[in-house]
Amino acid sequence: MTEQPDDPAWPGTRTSIIRDALGVGVATGAYAISFGAIAVAAGLNFAQAMALSLLMFTGGSQFALVGVIAGGGNPLAGAATAILLGSRNALYGLRLAPLLKVRGWRRWGAAQLVIDESTAMSLGRTSERAARLGFYATGLAVFVLWNLGTLAGSLGANALQDPSVFGLDAAASGAFLALLGPRLRGREPWAVAALAALVAVLAVPFVPAGVPVLLAALVAVAVGFTPAPAAKAVSKTPPRVPKDPR
Amino acid sequence: MIWAGVLIGCLGCYLLKIAGLSLPARLLERPRLQRIASLMPVALLSALIGVQTFANGPHWAFDARIVGLGVAGFAVWRRWPFLVVVFLAAASTALFRLVVA
Repeated sequence: MTEQPDDPAWPGTRTSIIRDALGVGVATGAYAISFGAIAVAAGLNFAQAMALSLLMFTGGSQFALVGVIAGGGNPLAGAATAILLGSRNALYGLRLAPLLKVRGWRRWGAAQLVIDESTAMSLGRTSERAARLGFYATGLAVFVLWNLGTLAGSLGANALQDPSVFGLDAAASGAFLALLGPRLRGREPWAVAALAALVAVLAVPFVPAGVPVLLAALVAVAVGFTPAPAAKAVSKTPPRVPKDPR
Repeated sequence: MIWAGVLIGCLGCYLLKIAGLSLPARLLERPRLQRIASLMPVALLSALIGVQTFANGPHWAFDARIVGLGVAGFAVWRRWPFLVVVFLAAASTALFRLVVA
């Protein structure tokens, strides 16, 4: 990290950024427990659940892949859904690049931490130093606790004979709804959500499992090609990053 | 087969992350790209909810999961924490099955 002019308020700012990062980490770690349990209920084994949290490390995509597999879909259709859902991380990276200024091998490490939470805790800070600390502290805290949570959840569900007894098959819908809720601001997202759900559900009997969700992605593309609503088109800065856990 | 999906998904998601940090920032000036990227999670999450709730294999299904979704919807509307939403969805579905079946 480069030297910056001394800022008397910095120690206090630093402490509060780290405290916030740990808070976000604990919240998402608890959420990861439900991910681990749902993954095992969907038919993944312990190693597969852990591979997702260690290597994919982006909650929405992990839930999506597991959800498609739970519905009897082809795992490759699940992978495609996960990748489409992960496309927002590329957008976050474009915003973060000028703040992080990472080069060489460090970029390969920093990239793995580009997720909703680290982006939300980094953008909008008053200094670059604070933006970087917000990114790394949150990213690392979430990475460690997210994986610990997955470990606990998948081992816990493994210990159960039949996880679906506890309604775990409905838990995934609850998780998706909690992820969707904060994004439903304004008329357009509601319309897209309704249309996408309708397209996917109507397609269910006619195409292989997993494909209905991919068809719904076309709704987003189609609406994206229509003119943006005049009032608030795409905001310049910062991107819409839901602040709540994943 | 599950491993193939897991590993390809992991690779694709990582490539998107590294691409964001590496590509020129002027891509952001394309409003259409931004618009599609911000609508994509809404469409996919909503579709996943629909399929997870109203499908059983290749058939439409209307069962206890609808109760769980309704309860979860109420919890999200009340802005209750994530874990509470997930727990209530699972618990209400399990309870409904227990009572009705």
